[in-house]
Amino acid sequence: MRSKLKSMLLITALVVTASPAQAEESLWSWLANPFRQKEFNPVSNAAYQEECGACHFAYQPGLLPAKSWEKLLDAKALADHFGENAELDADTLQEVRTFALENAADKSYYKRARKIAVATENETPLRIIEVRYIKRKHHEIPEKMVKGNKDVKSLSYCDACHTRAGKAVFDADTVRIPNYPDWDD
Amino acid sequence: MKKLVAAACALSMLLSPLACATPESDALLQKYQSKGAGKADPVKGKQNWERIVETDGEQMSCANSCHNSDFAKDGKHHKTGKVIRPMSMKVNPERYTNIKKMEKWFKRNCNDAWGRDCTAQEKADFLAFMLAQ
Repeated sequence: MRSKLKSMLLITALVVTASPAQAEESLWSWLANPFRQKEFNPVSNAAYQEECGACHFAYQPGLLPAKSWEKLLDAKALADHFGENAELDADTLQEVRTFALENAADKSYYKRARKIAVATENETPLRIIEVRYIKRKHHEIPEKMVKGNKDVKSLSYCDACHTRAGKAVFDADTVRIPNYPDWDD
Repeated sequence: MKKLVAAACALSMLLSPLACATPESDALLQKYQSKGAGKADPVKGKQNWERIVETDGEQMSCANSCHNSDFAKDGKHHKTGKVIRPMSMKVNPERYTNIKKMEKWFKRNCNDAWGRDCTAQEKADFLAFMLAQ
């Protein structure tokens, strides 16, 4: 009986201490869907999806801190976006930029975004693969499976291996490395 | 509806090589003419489309580096590997139906390929050439 009471208390304590991390939604919706906050907030802006996704994987804003997006999504910077011209008209840029800034790693409560926010406290990476958290997550993957893999080529192509990257899910269970069907982490 | 336009377009192509257009491409051509472009010349457009420019030691052209020289097939961006949908409006009826989009890509691609904006005349030539494919 006593131990039952103890475990009840423990559960209550856990729920209470865990709730600040879930601050983005109400307790009820969190209870209904406890896994939602594990990854990143998905891209929910049509202009962002369309404009960024026209050339590359539409990286979720939670992958970089706001200070990085500020530098990247600037009219001048976009004229030379990693060697490509990616200029946008002023209205579209404003919309894309606002969405990125409002959902950046340091503005998000999603688990991976939080980790990226912490990892980038003292730096302003412009490439997602420069983020230490992301580097660390991939450092056990042999180079031949990424750089030397004609269907991957670089860690920048998230969705080459992360089959649900478009839905903001990067969990190891969803990874399939092209040409290495037996890989398992 | 777009498919219907494309089908009508394919049919009219049999009669005249330049009959293919969308209301948006017409409006854009008019805009270029108001900015000083003369008659759009598809032959000149083809030459520019196939023109080879050396960038970072690579031989680049519209036809082979990003778009496919076959207008009915997907192209592939030389760097990002992103699939670029066919340029022919017969197989890809979405093409040439959005002025903002056409202008955006002319601006980007001219700057990427030639390091400058294209002139109104060059864009008109490109458009006439592409519409005829």
